[in-house]
Amino acid sequence: MVDFGGWHMPVQYSGILDEHSSVRNSVGLFDVSHMGEIEIRGPEAVDLVEYVSTNAARRLNIGQVHYSALLYEHGGFVDDILVHKVADDHFFLCVNASNQEKDFEHIQKHNRFRATAEFVSDRYAQIAIQGPNALATLQKLTPAALAFVKYYWFVDNEVSGVSGRIARTGYTGEDGFEIYIPPSDAPRIWAELLEAGQEFGIRPCGLGARNTLRLEAKMALYGHELTASINPFEADLGWIVKMDKSDFVGRSALEKSTGSGLKRKLAGFEMTGRGIGRDGYEVWVDGTPAGWVSSGGPSPTLNKNIGLCYLPVEQAVPGVAIDVIIRAQPVSAVTVPLPFYKRAKR
Amino acid sequence: MSNPEQYRYTKEHEWVSVDGATGTIGITDHAQHELGDIVFVDLPKVGTALSKGQTLGSVESVKAVSDIYAPVSGEVIEANEKLSGNPELLNSDPFAEGWLVKVKLSSPEETKDLLTAADYQTYIGA
Repeated sequence: MVDFGGWHMPVQYSGILDEHSSVRNSVGLFDVSHMGEIEIRGPEAVDLVEYVSTNAARRLNIGQVHYSALLYEHGGFVDDILVHKVADDHFFLCVNASNQEKDFEHIQKHNRFRATAEFVSDRYAQIAIQGPNALATLQKLTPAALAFVKYYWFVDNEVSGVSGRIARTGYTGEDGFEIYIPPSDAPRIWAELLEAGQEFGIRPCGLGARNTLRLEAKMALYGHELTASINPFEADLGWIVKMDKSDFVGRSALEKSTGSGLKRKLAGFEMTGRGIGRDGYEVWVDGTPAGWVSSGGPSPTLNKNIGLCYLPVEQAVPGVAIDVIIRAQPVSAVTVPLPFYKRAKR
Repeated sequence: MSNPEQYRYTKEHEWVSVDGATGTIGITDHAQHELGDIVFVDLPKVGTALSKGQTLGSVESVKAVSDIYAPVSGEVIEANEKLSGNPELLNSDPFAEGWLVKVKLSSPEETKDLLTAADYQTYIGA
């Protein structure tokens, strides 16, 4: 068990490689109850969400989810979030555990609308069911027609007799669901899901596999790819920034950071020399310091050592020879297209 | 997996097995278990002179990097080449197939300061 933002969480259960493989090939279960939840309600709920986040909340349909970001005025990340539209006057935000208080304060600070923000993390436990057999596993516990819930949509329905929110989202690069349920029922539902997935060889998965899975899928992690000094264009997340919508916090700073204003960018790399480029290691190009590794480690699916790094824009393209400085030694690597792993369309 | 009786151990979870003037060095079963799936092993070249307590190399699991310290002083006479292609040997057989390096002991009396199997067992609280 490790301390993760005040939560005691297992890094692994049966082993990171075994857990990783269960999600890629069948189904894995993650206790992600540490994630924070914030509810935004009121006649101008949509205006508040639009103003504090980068994606276009106004374009969401009821029952739809999108990935978005909260930014500081200077364009750096407060957090990356999921926005669920529950009703025209009700939005449900899922935020990172270690950022939740900061996020809530940030939203409150910018709330000049007829809307209220409420911090509701204590009301929800969250379990992620991920992998090609996630649907068949979760379906045993709910009357909701899961096959009709599209990717990045959600339904409110019963899960094992209690009301829950079932979203077809995840942080693994596989198909799957994230369910929000009452904490008092979570241990029972966790056990029932393990039972339901037994025929598929389900594995409980820890933080270790969660990290290797998301890295292969090039999903950003706050504190690594995303920080207060990185903006969404640098993080290759321009697609969650809708510059053509109404004003939002951080917008004017971002206008200066597009096009020729962009100095550095996220790139993927594979080690070609012997070694593993880990988080925080320096990256050199042509014998000169050029950037740093934001996340790195072995890819169990590809059986290569991979990573994400920040490099000057000109070099943040596939096919550039780089050196990762591992314990004071330069070890060769090459930039590659992203994501490292993409699931086959079914 | 029990710790072999004839080996000597460090608090940093290395073991050494002495045969005449040669010491074989590895990491314990407890260490491999704590590290999890081992995916990369970095070992010194043959001919490297190691002094006791010096970093000998490193072992990486999926999640973490751990330095390995020389439990005894000596010159590296062989590194386990199999680990380069099969680092998982450290998980499956840490006390035999998963050995790291063999050294020619320069101060054989150093082993007296190391932990016995029983002391090590007590130390890890097993």
